[in-house]
Amino acid sequence: MRRKFRVFRYKPGWSRHRYETYMVDLPDTATVLEALIRIRRDQAPDLTLRHSCLHGSCGTCGMRINGRERLACLTPVAELPDPITVEPLYNLGVVSDLVVDVPAFYEKFTLIERPLLRRSEAPAQGRPPEGIPAFTRLESCIECGLCLSACPVVATDPYYLGPAALAAAWRLVEEPRGKDPAAILALVDDPHGCWRCHLAMECSEVCPTGVHPAQAIVSLRATLSASPKMLSQEENPTHA
Amino acid sequence: MALEGVNMSRASDFHVLIIGGGATGAALAHDLALRGFRVTLVERGEVTSGTTGRHHGLLHSGARYAVRDPESARECIEENFILRRIAPDSFELNDGLFVAITEEDEAYLEPFLEGCEACGIPTQVLTREQALQMEPNLNPKVRVAVRVPDGTMDAMRLPLRFLATALSNGAVVRPFTEVVDLLRRNGTVYGARVRNHITGREEDLLADVVVNAAGPWAGRIAAMAGVDVPVRPSPGVLVAVEGRWTNMVINRLHPAGDGDIIVPQRGLSIIGTTSWVVEDPDHLDVPPDHVRRMFEKGAEMVPAVGRARLWAAWSAARPLVGSREASTGRELSRTFKCFDHASEGVEGFVTIVGGKATTARAMAETTADVVCRKVGVSAPCRTREVTLLPHTAYYDLLTTQGF
Repeated sequence: MRRKFRVFRYKPGWSRHRYETYMVDLPDTATVLEALIRIRRDQAPDLTLRHSCLHGSCGTCGMRINGRERLACLTPVAELPDPITVEPLYNLGVVSDLVVDVPAFYEKFTLIERPLLRRSEAPAQGRPPEGIPAFTRLESCIECGLCLSACPVVATDPYYLGPAALAAAWRLVEEPRGKDPAAILALVDDPHGCWRCHLAMECSEVCPTGVHPAQAIVSLRATLSASPKMLSQEENPTHA
Repeated sequence: MALEGVNMSRASDFHVLIIGGGATGAALAHDLALRGFRVTLVERGEVTSGTTGRHHGLLHSGARYAVRDPESARECIEENFILRRIAPDSFELNDGLFVAITEEDEAYLEPFLEGCEACGIPTQVLTREQALQMEPNLNPKVRVAVRVPDGTMDAMRLPLRFLATALSNGAVVRPFTEVVDLLRRNGTVYGARVRNHITGREEDLLADVVVNAAGPWAGRIAAMAGVDVPVRPSPGVLVAVEGRWTNMVINRLHPAGDGDIIVPQRGLSIIGTTSWVVEDPDHLDVPPDHVRRMFEKGAEMVPAVGRARLWAAWSAARPLVGSREASTGRELSRTFKCFDHASEGVEGFVTIVGGKATTARAMAETTADVVCRKVGVSAPCRTREVTLLPHTAYYDLLTTQGF
């Protein structure tokens, strides 16, 4: 299929961004990421974009596709109308073309020192072999920044902790893994923390891996409202 | 004899330029920075955007190669145990199973166990019932299973830990910086001309040694120096399906073939892989019949995988070492080779190719030893002991470099 792409272009020093149009021949199953890689290969060698795993595990190819936050590697071209407009994520600052300021994401995300490994919940019936106390897996959040881009509060409050960090905080309260949930709750119990969210729910809508940050924020609020004094005594306040 | 040390050069006197920001380049930047070298790594796109990020995420036990490729198997198991130590909290350490579904599979049990033992890979033979208890979604026809120390890694985040630690030890990492030519004078490579795709500017980076760690693109970089390296870009198709159907890595107990592995990762199951050979790693396609074969073969081990929703299908090019005659890539060893091109009359230029994500640290050690020998520096490798920084530190430290 031959498809038309409108791609956001910006380089340091330009007075403003512009859109370039590219026509691309693609296999029927192609994703937006494959299309962009072909555009870079054949038409625009200076086009900068981030990608790595090509299957929604690394979180590097987050962008706005026809106005919506998506992972380009999981977005089939066939389901989109022409022209396909591709723009960088909002709210992180643009470095070059589709590349945003990734360190800005981690500045807040790493305030919550959530381990990468968690208890595995599926398949539920499996019993680990001798020597492995419990099956574990990597956390679902792939740090793609889609939730930050879609959040109307992040757009207006530079101090807001944001949906990704708050979802990570809830994961620690849910499964402390040796950390102190009371300290995490104290950190998010702030006007720019979990109370700042307006429940627009956009974060959960765009999350590609089902983390559901909005639900996490509501759970943090419920836990803080319930019985703050019990928190330091309970290992897992959600079960209190 | 005591004077010998006094005359040795210091590592900090030398600048090494690494071409390629995949697992190999990342581990090499870490190794060289620890030994005290000045290091710059350039990558034409985002780091890990070539082959590295695309693999299925297997932390190899080496068992897959124990019968036919024992050298690679030994490298894998040794590195597997080192990585567990230096990169804690990076791996889903749920072990793996090799499962026999047919009588023919079961006949492979004996040579498989012998091969594993010869390579130092721990095994535990499990009955059908034991295997199904651990993994209830296995094909109930499973006849016997062997437990091995496989695991799951995040294909991008493990190399980011190498890069983060390299940055903390003074290395410079420059993504979106493409090598357009090597700088050469009288048969010596003394740097590279690079184009920064963010600023559009070209500049010359001077170096005492240039290391070509470009993976399947290594042939293209070597050609800039007028030498040939026997690298065969060998793509494979991988398929991710929705749902985590097992916790352990599931391998088919038989000689390496298409669709013989399912790697659980987060909420996905990844089925790999096929194998063929191409000339240009920038032209990879995803043949639909390969995707279908992954579903069929995967379902033979875990039937639910065959009915699961397709999440993504993609190709990755392995940078295998081998002759031009190789046709499928299966016949090529998974081990690695480091070439000092001085033997072909080109000084200052080293190529590292082959290997696997699991063996990147060993590839780096071998290459850094070659670099040390070339410049006359005596500095021991320390990467077996040093614990890596978390992957998030990569972005913190990159900021301080003005990314």
